[in-house]
Amino acid sequence: MTDVQPAPARPAYSQPDGSGHFGRFGGRFMPEALIAPLDELDRAWTEAKADPAFTAELDRMLREYANVPSPLYEAHRFSEAAGARILLKREDLNHTGAHKIRNVIGQALLAKRIGKPRAIAETGAGQHGVASATACAYLDLECTVYMGEVDTERQALNVARMKMLGAEVVSVTSGSRTLKDAINEALRDWVASVDTTSYLFGTAAGPHPFPSMVRDLTRGIGDEARAQCLTLDGRLPDAAVACVGGGSNAIGLFTAFIDDADVRLVGIEAGGDGVQSGRHAATITGGDVGVLHGARSFLLQDDDGQTLESHSISAGLDYPGVGPEHSFLADTGRASYVPATDAEAMSAFDLLCKTEGIIPAIESAHALAGALRLAEELGPDSTILVNLSGRGDKDVHTAAEYFGLIDEPVVLEQGVEE
Amino acid sequence: MSGSAIDELFERTRAENRAALVGYLPAGFPTKELSIRAIQAMVEGGVDLVEIGLPYSDPVMDGPVIQAAAEQALAAGARTSDVFDVVAATAATGVPTVVMTYWNPVERYGVERFSADLAAAGGAGLITPDLIPDEAGEWVDASRSHELDRIFLVAPSSTDERLSMTVEAASGFVYATAVMGVTGAREQTSSLGEALVARVRSVSDKPVGVGLGVSNGTQAHEIAAYADAVIVGSALVRCLLDAPDEDAGIEAVRALAADLRAGVERS
Repeated sequence: MTDVQPAPARPAYSQPDGSGHFGRFGGRFMPEALIAPLDELDRAWTEAKADPAFTAELDRMLREYANVPSPLYEAHRFSEAAGARILLKREDLNHTGAHKIRNVIGQALLAKRIGKPRAIAETGAGQHGVASATACAYLDLECTVYMGEVDTERQALNVARMKMLGAEVVSVTSGSRTLKDAINEALRDWVASVDTTSYLFGTAAGPHPFPSMVRDLTRGIGDEARAQCLTLDGRLPDAAVACVGGGSNAIGLFTAFIDDADVRLVGIEAGGDGVQSGRHAATITGGDVGVLHGARSFLLQDDDGQTLESHSISAGLDYPGVGPEHSFLADTGRASYVPATDAEAMSAFDLLCKTEGIIPAIESAHALAGALRLAEELGPDSTILVNLSGRGDKDVHTAAEYFGLIDEPVVLEQGVEE
Repeated sequence: MSGSAIDELFERTRAENRAALVGYLPAGFPTKELSIRAIQAMVEGGVDLVEIGLPYSDPVMDGPVIQAAAEQALAAGARTSDVFDVVAATAATGVPTVVMTYWNPVERYGVERFSADLAAAGGAGLITPDLIPDEAGEWVDASRSHELDRIFLVAPSSTDERLSMTVEAASGFVYATAVMGVTGAREQTSSLGEALVARVRSVSDKPVGVGLGVSNGTQAHEIAAYADAVIVGSALVRCLLDAPDEDAGIEAVRALAADLRAGVERS
């Protein structure tokens, strides 16, 4: 492998265009009422990220409060089992236990800057909701989190966490009562409250400028990891791997490497019971192009363009859409996207627990499963960078049931009816 | 060259010195056949222009009433192709008929194919609540080749620049959303509607319809004083949702349409 070149010969990657398009993907498919507010947000973010005072403040908060930069860790025993050298970017060690804190601190600080006292957020499993509630407590913003009724039932502890942190949690009873409906309800709130309210969007999807703004806020993952790899090895990894639901941790990892043509970028989608089964959340692998939640991208839809429900053991990947930049990177071939089934992810989850003493988020276990497969292909001399996007404390219940470690289902909240 | 069916409607209502009444009901709610009957009752009650909703799984601009109707329609098996049957039955009554739809079902069906089938069914155009002119290139081309009207939305938050651009891109009429919020009947009409209509009038003489929140003849009368059309949706859908049986729901739709029509005609 050659040393790092000082500058790429071809023009550096620069997406999206001025109107938020990544090639044929992205854009804005939103009610006109929200277009001017989205323009304002775009302008505010463009100004803020160019303002040294703002970026210094954000860096300080991430460093002092969120434990960023996260370490890069060579997982020796896991590598031995994998048959290739595996480097883990330890986003699981961030405050609140995942990469998501980077995004919400940035968006919440922007909300303060533009003088909006209230924030709203959607959440699926509750991780983005918890991160949003955390950031709002930290920055003194009023916080309302929309969460599908199905998710509030299966993630009761995260509902309690958000409430402890001072957030109001609204249980969404429309549609499939899951993440996509929580996004719908948050958008309905926002169109009526946009004068006073910021929408802390949880992933690198949605209408422009959210995909690029969330990327800007999460790209520290890859920027840090790239520098950490160079310090450790004097060279870049052969591949960078991340799980992809909406795609915020993956775009956060990939962005730093897009112009490094020798670094393979691999997104691992949630294969559920297998893409052929129809019960999955592998949007790029098993979906096709359409419009959902404000952007053109791959999505799971029926013949009439009605959104299909996704299925995954990982609540954080259980979303029928994906960020438009991932669709673009897939289309251009710069990144590849492959599914890992629930079973493959849980096998990798188990392996990391046993070999490293690290319980990963089930989302991140999909990336580990992808890395195990890639290790077979690339062989023992290869180095694979994996974004360990979150820790698995939240998944202990699911994993314990999956592995049959408890005889009776754990009752998380006794006596809620009383 | 003669104008579209919608142009002719507004020429007539302007000559009669009154606002047009636009009524919305979803196709396939509660069933295809009943939706056709309900829309016919709405026309008999006095609606001048019909908006037929295409049920969609993720209606981000709609409040609880229209969401519930869309969910029931989809659960009952409503398909995109059904909307053309409902359009054909409605257009046969002689009123201009447009489809109101979120964008993905159209894109999935094929923009050109959807336009061709809509025109063949006698439809006059599309209202596109989540498609702004900036993203509408393919639809603008298809609407021109099939002589369909493009009804885009303007909002109180629209900048002057966006408002001018959107009005310029629209045909038939301009849909002014009178409140910042989702669809649904409200106790009081918003003062934002009148100011928004005035802004549209300052850049164009295209007809302006005002919707969001209108539920009775009194509110319709207030809006008719400054707008070319009064658009009513959720209140009509609620007639069907709340009725003890189908016939009662359809009669309630007819009665509300008549009340609204009296509202727009009252001087």
